[in-house]
Amino acid sequence: MSSPDDRSDIAADIPENSEFSEISNDNGGVSRRNFLKGSSVALTIPLIAKGEKIVKAGGAEVKVLGPDKVNITLNINGAQRTASVETRVTLLDTLRNELDMTGAKRVCDRATCGACTVVMDGKPVYACTVLAVDAQGKSIQTVESLDQNGNLHPVQQAFVDNDAQQCGFCTPGFVMACKALLDKNPSPTQEEMEMGLGGNLCRCGTYNGIKGAVAQASQEMKKTRTMKGGRGNG
Amino acid sequence: MADYKWPEEGKRKYIGKRISRVDGPHKVSGRAKYTYDLNRPGMLFGKILRSAHAHAKIVSIDISAAEKMPGVKAVKIIQGPGTEIQWALDEIAAVVAVDEPTAEDAIRAIKVVYEKLPHFVNEQNLDQVPAAYRRQPTEQTKGEPDAAFKQSDVVTVEGTYGNDVITHCCLETHGLVAEWEDDKNVLIHPSTQSVSSIGQELARALGIPAGNVHVKMDHIGGGFGSKFPIDRWGIEAARLSKMVGGKPVKIMLERDAELAVAGTRPSAYAKVKVAATKDGKLLAWDSESWGSGGVAGTGMPPYPYVWQIPNAKTKHFSITTHVGPQRAWRAPNHPQAALITMSAIDDLAAKLGTDPLDFFIKNIEMTGVRANVYKDELLKGAEMIEWKKLWRPRGEGAVGSTKTLKRGLGLSIHTWGGGGHASDCDLTIHPDGSVEIKLGSQDLGTGTRTTIQIVVAESLGLPFDGVKVYIGDNKYPPSGSSGGSTTIGGVSASSRRASIDALNQLFEKIAPAMSTTPDKLEATGGKIQVIGDPTKSMTWKQACAKLGTQPLTTRGKHPGKESLTSAGVGGAMMADVTVDIETGIVKMNNFVAIQDCGLIIDMKTAESQVFGAMIMGIGYSLYEEKIMDSQTGRMLNGNMEFYKLPGLADVGNFKVHMMTGKGYDERGPIGLGEPPTVSPGAAISNAVANAIGVRVSTIPLTPERVLAALAMKKGGSNG
Repeated sequence: MSSPDDRSDIAADIPENSEFSEISNDNGGVSRRNFLKGSSVALTIPLIAKGEKIVKAGGAEVKVLGPDKVNITLNINGAQRTASVETRVTLLDTLRNELDMTGAKRVCDRATCGACTVVMDGKPVYACTVLAVDAQGKSIQTVESLDQNGNLHPVQQAFVDNDAQQCGFCTPGFVMACKALLDKNPSPTQEEMEMGLGGNLCRCGTYNGIKGAVAQASQEMKKTRTMKGGRGNG
Repeated sequence: MADYKWPEEGKRKYIGKRISRVDGPHKVSGRAKYTYDLNRPGMLFGKILRSAHAHAKIVSIDISAAEKMPGVKAVKIIQGPGTEIQWALDEIAAVVAVDEPTAEDAIRAIKVVYEKLPHFVNEQNLDQVPAAYRRQPTEQTKGEPDAAFKQSDVVTVEGTYGNDVITHCCLETHGLVAEWEDDKNVLIHPSTQSVSSIGQELARALGIPAGNVHVKMDHIGGGFGSKFPIDRWGIEAARLSKMVGGKPVKIMLERDAELAVAGTRPSAYAKVKVAATKDGKLLAWDSESWGSGGVAGTGMPPYPYVWQIPNAKTKHFSITTHVGPQRAWRAPNHPQAALITMSAIDDLAAKLGTDPLDFFIKNIEMTGVRANVYKDELLKGAEMIEWKKLWRPRGEGAVGSTKTLKRGLGLSIHTWGGGGHASDCDLTIHPDGSVEIKLGSQDLGTGTRTTIQIVVAESLGLPFDGVKVYIGDNKYPPSGSSGGSTTIGGVSASSRRASIDALNQLFEKIAPAMSTTPDKLEATGGKIQVIGDPTKSMTWKQACAKLGTQPLTTRGKHPGKESLTSAGVGGAMMADVTVDIETGIVKMNNFVAIQDCGLIIDMKTAESQVFGAMIMGIGYSLYEEKIMDSQTGRMLNGNMEFYKLPGLADVGNFKVHMMTGKGYDERGPIGLGEPPTVSPGAAISNAVANAIGVRVSTIPLTPERVLAALAMKKGGSNG
């Protein structure tokens, strides 16, 4: 799992406490969105015209985006999708709120729980912690792409067969993390599985089923690969 | 004629089998739509400004800057000047805007002036609770406890035990989408455990007729007892929608608010004295307990739990705090009572030098009507976890211990009621043979949809996919809220009665054509036939064609004729842990559960419920704690990095055994959501005490606490 190491807003929730004080109302500290908004200033993305401007930074001219909405194009499940979002908006919120692709869930919204897992350029990432503007030019795969013509992907089928879900809110994230793990490592050991799925959390307690699902999917995907004589079912 | 009673074991085609949940494919493909996922046409986003202080009076609120911001459609004060706020992150004002970033900016533009008032948020130590936050204690006495403790042949232990406050931490936060269909009718899509009744609450708040609130929900991302009420944000979403001309308004709680205000499990602490005779019979109990569920305090958990100790005295203080209020958390009060009771009794067994398994069985009559169930379960569990092979007296380390890695075993027993709730349903057989059933129930992930489909398919002798189940709409016949493990009893009984009534009506229609009488017919294998004679049969489709053009609809009810469900179950759990005495980290090795829940409808989802409860139990035993900052009165870990849930690598191996067959099945289906959540804390705490030779008094058993207990032991003040 990719996880940014630059998060500085952990537990910084202490407001001013003087009597009759006027305080800011963002729960104190650095808000996630303001943080992302600030950090996006350092980005250079050459593709877009709308919302783009040139600023001087450290003596050099730097192309920046925002803070107004910019038009972006995302390669999602092999199709080019466009949206107009502020630069502070995450890939997750773009998928969910702009493109109505709601398989990836918003749960912790800060790279802890994995419910928003999508695969970007072959690697599982937390979509809540990728800016939409940064996801341009990358190949993004979401859970919606896995089942084809009504047939579940072997990972999905294994989740159903092993009852690796209860409320199901964490399930799409787990399915994507599991698929990414097995694509990279078709026969994970117990330890490798725990590492590979260690970035996802479930509240209902479906881990027993998930362990069974990984074992079943691993077998099924190996069979498919053998039948196709190579890497299959990507 | 078909009758209501559940089919015998040999005649069940689906009931009790391992059937995959019917909404599984929807959930794994991301197509299941939860409240959080809804994008209604023209939908706007609502956000809530929350109190920065735990206890304060609102002096003034200025919303003018927010109102002027582009993209902001409405701003509304929820609790205005003069209001006294009782917990941090309580609702102050709300905004509606075209998108989430704009709504968040608008929230930040609202200025609030507070007059801070004194707060109190940490009740772990009774002696440090200010008098103003401590209610008059309640006291109860049974038998002669004082005299019993003074008997010459008794062994007594004293200890302090505790459960810290935890939260529900539903992965889908609380919230809803609200929209007005016209001036008078509102449609809401809440994330709720109460599809059939939540609308009544909203109607009262809005002053409109109950029939004018339409409630719809397909899927819910966790509830665990916290999602019954409409909540202030629900009412305000409806009002805000009206303010913006009826457009859909979505309000979902942010994670910090979810953890701060959307429900806690109350704390429970107790100083306990418990005694047995020297030959190991439980004799007397004395506890002074306290706990808090927030501003309303909290009642006493049932001490002593399960064990009907003949001489018992209890004294309980309800403590009020400025913490977001309690809500029902799976098996309210039972896990806390189990931790405190079973820990004290385990300490007593250790002092007597007895294996707690033997001690429990020796005293099993004191568990009351389910004594034999508990005994069978304990013996079964002991076999599953190899108790007699592995267990060693406290502090010696179970088999497999090393110098620094100490292994231990612990156990606990529990109970719950779980009688079926009221449930109405409509079952329709169409002339083309299709069958549907509708009821205003909800599937919390427990498999409710699947179990209803099983009952109807079984009752009508149809293929499993020959039945369509519709739930999640308050326009369907009303069915109870899903809480207290009451759903399976209610919906299985009502859908069974509807099915049997429909079948008998169908029999009456077709009996003449089959030259027989309705009482001689049965439905099996997709056919209707003369009982025991497959040569005289009609396919289901042929039979239904006899209905002509009019579908046949029956209303099933629970309660109703014949007893189809009951209440009261027993369960046992045993934990096998390893404690690293250098780091204080507790690792789960094996965890077994033996559970009774009457007649099981779907073995697969029933077992999942138990696995899930055990894993949630590992969470509250080892990791979860709502940490409050005394200085600011705010929650320090209002996020999922520091409000810790167990991950896949933390849970070890599981075995679940469901008690079924004679003595169990005839009691009918009984709910399973609560009972297996009760024992994990006690079983794990007892296993840790067995491993390291000293009690860690309070759960969660964090490394810090384990090391502190070990240091105390070394210092000679062994508890």
